[in-house]
Amino acid sequence: MLLISCPNCGSRDETEFHYGGQAHVAYPENPNELNDREWAEFLFYRDNTKGAFAERWLHSTGCRQWFNMLRDTVTYEIQAVYPMGAPRPAAAPPAAESGTASTAPDSTTTGTARPSIAATSTSTASRSTTAPEGATK
Amino acid sequence: MADLLPEHPDFLWRNPEPKSSYDAVIVGGGGHGLATAYFLAKNHGMTNIAVLEKGWLAGGNMARNTTIIRSNYLWDESAAIYEHALKLWEILPEELEYDFLFSQRGVMNLAHTLGDVRESMRRVGANKLNGVDAEWLDPQQVKELCPILNINDNIRYPVMGATYQPRAGIAKHDHVAWAFARKCDELGVDIIQNCEVTGFLKDGNKVVGVKTNRGTINTEKVGLCAAGHSSVLAEMAGFRLPIQSHPLQALVSELHEPVHPTVVMSNHVHVYVSQAHKGELVMGAGVDSYNGYGQRGSFHVIEHQMAAAVELFPIFARAHVLRTWGGIVDTTLDASPIVGITPVENMFVNCGWGTGGFKGTPAAGLTFAHTIATGTPHHLNKPFALERFETGALIDEHGAAAVAH
Repeated sequence: MLLISCPNCGSRDETEFHYGGQAHVAYPENPNELNDREWAEFLFYRDNTKGAFAERWLHSTGCRQWFNMLRDTVTYEIQAVYPMGAPRPAAAPPAAESGTASTAPDSTTTGTARPSIAATSTSTASRSTTAPEGATK
Repeated sequence: MADLLPEHPDFLWRNPEPKSSYDAVIVGGGGHGLATAYFLAKNHGMTNIAVLEKGWLAGGNMARNTTIIRSNYLWDESAAIYEHALKLWEILPEELEYDFLFSQRGVMNLAHTLGDVRESMRRVGANKLNGVDAEWLDPQQVKELCPILNINDNIRYPVMGATYQPRAGIAKHDHVAWAFARKCDELGVDIIQNCEVTGFLKDGNKVVGVKTNRGTINTEKVGLCAAGHSSVLAEMAGFRLPIQSHPLQALVSELHEPVHPTVVMSNHVHVYVSQAHKGELVMGAGVDSYNGYGQRGSFHVIEHQMAAAVELFPIFARAHVLRTWGGIVDTTLDASPIVGITPVENMFVNCGWGTGGFKGTPAAGLTFAHTIATGTPHHLNKPFALERFETGALIDEHGAAAVAH
């Protein structure tokens, strides 16, 4: 179970929270101008990042406030908690991301995980892989 | 039950070095990848092909599912492809010359609320119209079929009835993988384990090769069968998938005498239970809510499913959990798979089977092989194309998926 630090209430068990999926997905600025492809992107396509992922959580049985969290989707390590509307913290996470990926064969259950994160991000370095804002229109 | 299992097999496939070039490469050596390779070789004569597996053969969701096979889905498109799969399951042991103990002991989907009852009866009707065997059972009939089920009305969510598909059942998942792998190997397919794809070679918008940790492989066609890692591969190839990867957990008890004659699933209280051939109680539940690639989930999900199981089956209260584990399931918004062409030329995708991929294995393989070989959809997988998220022709199977996500 995740131990989540609610910005208002402090550390609480995951069971008090509700998951809200990818953070920083803005409603389209000009909805009337979107074509079907762009609507599909907004409605159905979300980043599915392997590694540091910015996501929304709701403290549903506590303060009932939404907040954002940066969490590693492989190790499940929570790297940052920050308010809705604030930009995704940039500096700290990358170190933690590559750190956990290459040094710790973290998830022993995975067996095959190896440096797949590192490999993934290098092999696609030419493209901006880890920006979850990629979906934002 | 408690049938004698086949002897542990000798090595059933070679472990070849990757060649520098193949007519087609399948990424992912799980059930779907192996089935796809098998049907490519058998139905389309494509034998100069390889299956690349980053770990060991069938060590992902193929090793982690609860082996339930059924076809009682609501919509025509789903009933067609899952029923085709079920018919293939019925003939595959003979065709593959390998008995993977497909035990057609039936599957019950319980109804606990009036809403459940109405939806279940509707699904039974839809199933019958689609030629899928289905019937509605009242609580007494439920009890007759599965005597250990508690049908008293003094529990939080009493059993108000169930849908029942007699031809459904369970199979030995590992043996299914070995059966496909052996036939693939016989037909000349190279199964290459410990071979992780790290990128794709493209000529313009056309894929022409695969970069792996064991060298570059040129190929004319690529089929992705990577379940929870589909998004990662798609990103390498330069397109997006409407997939979210979640942990899905399951568990087994120690071995018991045969007590559970069928398979029981409950969408409402979130548990599904069968008793494996050897005697373990095998249980699963809903997905963990958060995205995850860790092949493990949170304990409260296990706790929740055990509570549901013990209320439905009081006899389980004194059983013990032997093992729990997790897989990474590739969920879509409409709980239906994505099979077909991609924005990248000569690259095809089979993913999004989410919590129910095992039962679909043979039909996924058969239709995906057709799509790879001909470059066009098979009539069974056509509705499951990626473009449905743009056209809006979604196939909402959250009810029949029976696993909350």
